[in-house]
This record gives sequence, C-alpha cells and structure tokens, in this order.
Amino acid sequence: MATTTVVQEQNSGMSSRTKWLIAGGGIFIAALALNLYFFGATGTTAVFAATLRQSTPLILGAMCGLIGERSGVINIGIEGQMLMAAFLAFLANVYIGRVLPLGLTLPIAVLIGVATGALLGLFLAWMSVTLKMDQIIGGTVINTLALGLTSYFYVTGLTTQGKLQTIPLGPLADIPFVGPILFNNPPITYLTIILVFVLQFALFRTVWGLRTRSIGEHPSAADTVGINVNRMRYLNVTLAGAFAGLAGAYLTLEAVGSFERGMTNGRGFIALAVMIFGRWTPIGAWGAALLFAFFTAFATQTQFTGLVSIPPQFVGMSPYVLTIVFLALFGGRARGPAAAGQVYDPE
Amino acid sequence: MTEEIQIDQEGGGILNRILRGAAVPVLSVFLALLIGAFIIWLSGSNPIEAYVALFKGAFGSSEAVERTLEKATPLIFGGLAVAFAFKAGLFNIGGQGQLLIGAIVAAYIGFAVKGLPFIIHMPLALLAGSLAGAAYGAIAGFLKAYTGAHEVITTIMLNFVAINLTDYLSNGPWKDEGILARTPKILETAAIPKWGFLPAGFLIACLMAFLTWYLLYRTTWGYAIRTTGLNANAALYAGIQVAQIIVLTMAFSGFLAGMGGAIETLGVVGRYQPGFNVGLGFDGITIALLAKTNPLGTIPAAILIGAMQAGSSQMQFDAGVRFQIIDIIQGLILFFVSADVIVRKILPAQLVDEEQVTLSTGWGS
Repeated sequence: MATTTVVQEQNSGMSSRTKWLIAGGGIFIAALALNLYFFGATGTTAVFAATLRQSTPLILGAMCGLIGERSGVINIGIEGQMLMAAFLAFLANVYIGRVLPLGLTLPIAVLIGVATGALLGLFLAWMSVTLKMDQIIGGTVINTLALGLTSYFYVTGLTTQGKLQTIPLGPLADIPFVGPILFNNPPITYLTIILVFVLQFALFRTVWGLRTRSIGEHPSAADTVGINVNRMRYLNVTLAGAFAGLAGAYLTLEAVGSFERGMTNGRGFIALAVMIFGRWTPIGAWGAALLFAFFTAFATQTQFTGLVSIPPQFVGMSPYVLTIVFLALFGGRARGPAAAGQVYDPE
Repeated sequence: MTEEIQIDQEGGGILNRILRGAAVPVLSVFLALLIGAFIIWLSGSNPIEAYVALFKGAFGSSEAVERTLEKATPLIFGGLAVAFAFKAGLFNIGGQGQLLIGAIVAAYIGFAVKGLPFIIHMPLALLAGSLAGAAYGAIAGFLKAYTGAHEVITTIMLNFVAINLTDYLSNGPWKDEGILARTPKILETAAIPKWGFLPAGFLIACLMAFLTWYLLYRTTWGYAIRTTGLNANAALYAGIQVAQIIVLTMAFSGFLAGMGGAIETLGVVGRYQPGFNVGLGFDGITIALLAKTNPLGTIPAAILIGAMQAGSSQMQFDAGVRFQIIDIIQGLILFFVSADVIVRKILPAQLVDEEQVTLSTGWGS
C-alpha cells in the first residue's frame, strides 16, 4: 500500500518536473526582463535580493504547515507560533544581551525562538491528538493567545545590542549580479535554503518521510504495519513548530531587529497558501514563496522609485489578492493529505 | 442533531435544557478568568481589584451598560456570521473584512445621499452596508464552490484586502476635510437612535439572532444548509444544490457581519474611521463556540465578551492592568469551550450533553 503511493508520487514528480522547470525558468526570465526594464541593474539586484530574504518566513511557515498536514494535522496556528517566537526571541536578545556579548546572545535568542515554536507545536499536538479538539479551532486558540500574550507583556522602549548581519561567502559574493543576491545574506536566510532541500530529501527519501506521509494519508494502514500514529503526530507537529519558530526569530533577529504588536501581519496565513500552491512539497512551496516575495518586493520597489503612482494601500493588499488568485487558479483542485484534520482513534 | 435527539429521549423542561447547554460554557469562562487572574497576579497587580473594576466598567452605571450593549452588538453579528456558516460546514473567518466593508458603505450612504427622510435614509444605509457585506462574503463562497479554494484562507486574505481597501477609501475618495483619515459624519437622518441606555442597534442584533435561528431551523433553506453541513455528499444525492448553498450561506454570513459594521457606523461611531474592531473575525469564533453555534446563544455570549471589552479601560485605569489581558482571557475561553474533554471531567455527569462541534474536513473537500 505504502510503496505504491511512493512509486506513484515519484513517477508523477518525474514527468511533471521538466514542465515545472520550464515554467519556473520562464517566470524568472520574465521577472528579470521586467525589472531590468523598469529599474536598471542596481534596482533589479535589490528586488531579487529582497525577494530571497522576504521568502524566508513564508517558506519556513509553509514547511511548518506541510510537515503537520503530511502527518494529518492541519495547522492554522502558524501565525501565532511565529508571533510568539518572534516576541520571545526579541526578549532574549534584549535581556541576555545585557550580560553576554552579541555574538553569543544572537544564537541563543534564535534557539529560544525555535524552542518557542516547537513548544506551541507540542501544544497544538496535545489539543488535536490527546484532547481531540477541532484542529482549526486549536490553531485559532494559538493565534488568539499569542496575539493576547505578546500584546499584554510587550513594553515599548526595549533596546538590543544589534541583529544578525549578512555573511558574504568569500569570493562568491563578488560575482556580479548573482553574488549580492545569493551569496551575501544573513544566516537564517542561508539556513532556510538548506532546510528546504533537507526536508525535501527527508520527506521523500527516508523512512521518517515514508512513515510521516503514511500517517497523513491512511493512518489505520500505518497503524497495522506497526507505526504509532499518535506518537508520530506529536513528534512531527512539534518539529514543525520549530520551523515556524525559526521564522519568528527571522523577523525580530534578522529582518526588523525589534518587535511590534502583530508584526507577523498575516505571513503565517500566506504561508498556508504557499504550502497548498506548492503541492505540500518543500521545493514546490519554495517556488511559491519566492513568487509571492517577488511580487511584494517588486511592488515595494515600484513604490520606492515612484515610477508608477499607485496608492500604497493597493501595494499593501497585492500579496493577499495574489494569494486568493493563485489559490483559485491552481490551489483549489490540489488534493491535500487524505487524513489531514481527522482525529485518529486506535481501537 | 444529537442535541435534538437527546432532548426527545430525556424530555426535560426548557430550563433543564438551558442548564445542561450552559454548563460547559459557564465553567469554561470561569476557568479562563481563573487563569487570567493568575496572569494578572504574575505581572504584579491585584486580580480581585482588576475584576471588580472590570465589572464596574461594564455594568456599574447606565453609561457602562450602554457601552457594554454597544460593544456586544457587533459581536452578536460576528458570532452569528460564524455560527451560521458553521451550520453549512463552512468556516467564515472573514467576519472582520465583511464588517469593515459594511461599515464603510453604510457611512457612504449616510453622508453622501442627501434629502431623504429618516424612515427611508437609515434603513437604506443599513441595508446597503449589509448587502455590501453579503457581496464580500459571497466572494469566498463562490471561490469555495467553484474553484475549491478553502474559505479559511480566502476569508483571512479578504480581511487584509478589506483593511487596505477601507483605508484607501477613507483616506482618498471618501475622505473628510481635515488631516484625519476618516469619512465625513453621517447625516442625522441616517443615524440609528438610542433610547436611554438602550441602543436600538442592540435590539436589531437580537432580532437578527432570532431570524437567523428561524431561518436555520424552520425553513427549507435552513434544512438544506444543515444537511450540507452534516454531509455534503449526502446532500448532493438528496438533490440539494450544494454549490449554490455554499455561495448563499457565505453571502448571508457576510450579510450579518456587514450589518454589524453598518450599525457600528450608524449607531455608535457616526462615521467610518479606520482601526476599529480589529480581530472581530476571531471574536466571532469565540462567541459562536460559546453559544455552541446556536444563534440565540450568541446574545448572552456577546454580552459577556462585550462586557469584558467595555470594562477593560476602567480596569486599566483603576487597577493598572493592561486591557490586552482581555484577549488572553478570550483565547482561554475559546480553548476551554472547545477542549471540553477537560471541562466535562470536572462537571457532574447529568450536566453534560453529547454535542461536539467538528469543522475540519481537510483542504481538498
């Protein structure tokens, strides 16, 4: 049962891979031409570099979502996981930074963010597996509590020693055009790109991945061959939370450097659309995240250069409108893991 | 469904039914307040002092009661919008967006249409706002029915679109003179009146709660909606136009939320200004679940949450507890109401009914 699924997925992956490569390449060339035409070489580099960085929280959030759903647990609490992780990572940066040097503080703060995300993942697992709560409500509980707790405990005027800086990768960073975009990024952005490929491999080429997909597609069959469905769901949803936690750490430690109330601003929800659009695969979702981030970066650059005078609110709403359009065009017919959202009750 | 069956078996009186229905929500609220007290204590304030101030701010004077009822009004609509969509198996988190659209359209009709008497102008503005909300809700329904795009994501996205759109309108084409981003004040003829401490908008909300209940349980359309919610495939075999039901349900859900927004504009604020009622979509979920998705139950649930919101500034003033504690308590209420496994363990067996709400059906279906 399980092996046939794998073979099918590999086959469909092989046959459609070229198609997707062509589509991706086409979009990339079109984007490149459009940018060069509007902004020249410097502006184009800025847009593409911003695209890669802004895709980071989206793809991390999408990976959080897809690990959960591949295991049969829908997670709409990604937004809250990110927000809470961003908050605690920020607090860690503030308070640990008063005693330790910045070089030590930042890695610890990142770990605290990751751990926060994982703990909230554990909370979601407890709600959906043990308490058998409706999973969408479980996610909403996380979102509401995260927004409430971070707003209640947040005080203005906290200062940090600094944030994560870009690390140029030696001579690679000096390659014209490609260098500043790919090889001159801050650490979480690099780490995220590595994680995309690691998770892709883990999901489709390892025993863990096979088991994960089996408990999301057909939990009772998985149970029959000796997989502890509910224990695995606990493990995976917690692990997935770590990805959302890293996304939160990215926001306060790498992108912005400080915390604001409600700063995730819907990224956790856009991440879900990215996951669906990417067909529940890390690489697919990465492509989708890059596309979304590109549109945001492009719109911002248009605004910045004052080339086209669009009201800022229309620029602001464009990623959300695009999410809807993409979901309607490509996402709707996509089939998620069959058992996502269902409680598994071993008899 | 289980609720009705059980009532028939036990044949209890109406008081018994209410008692049994209310046990889990009441205990959930109590537990949430208890943990809230702990958090208040943790952050260095006196929880008893805080809750006394909260109560005083919500019910302590006739102005306080008025404030509570005003806060409860859009919450009733938010709760109704969620509860109504639940019955068709749909999860409308877009209450906030639909409310904003309803609020700004009502404001536009309220200030731009001149020369009408009250008897026409006010209902016209109210209806226009509600219909705008309905149209906005229908977008998500249409996308769900004909492209399969999941309403949880589309409604959340539409919330962000609505925030930007209303921000644009109140700061652009429909902007009042002066520096503030807001629409002009509505005309006297469009305003919803207040009688003493009783805002008429609150009565409209109660009336709509009853109408929604009637629609769901006493009409063919309501039957089709509930059947679709219980099993869409079975509904399809029974000849129900499921796609149509989905669009209409989301439209009516948006109609309710839009009316909530329109009443906020016409009865409370007097114009549209950005930044009010952020997060109402999620408040609606809490209220719908507290009410156990019963339209009539949204009234007491909304009064409870509305009272907390109305009293929170008094609490901040008297006890120095920040008003955001209310959001935490609301999150905890949502948790305990839905994690009723915990609450049921505490309750005596005769107070527990069997009803449970299940919504997640996966993204594909």
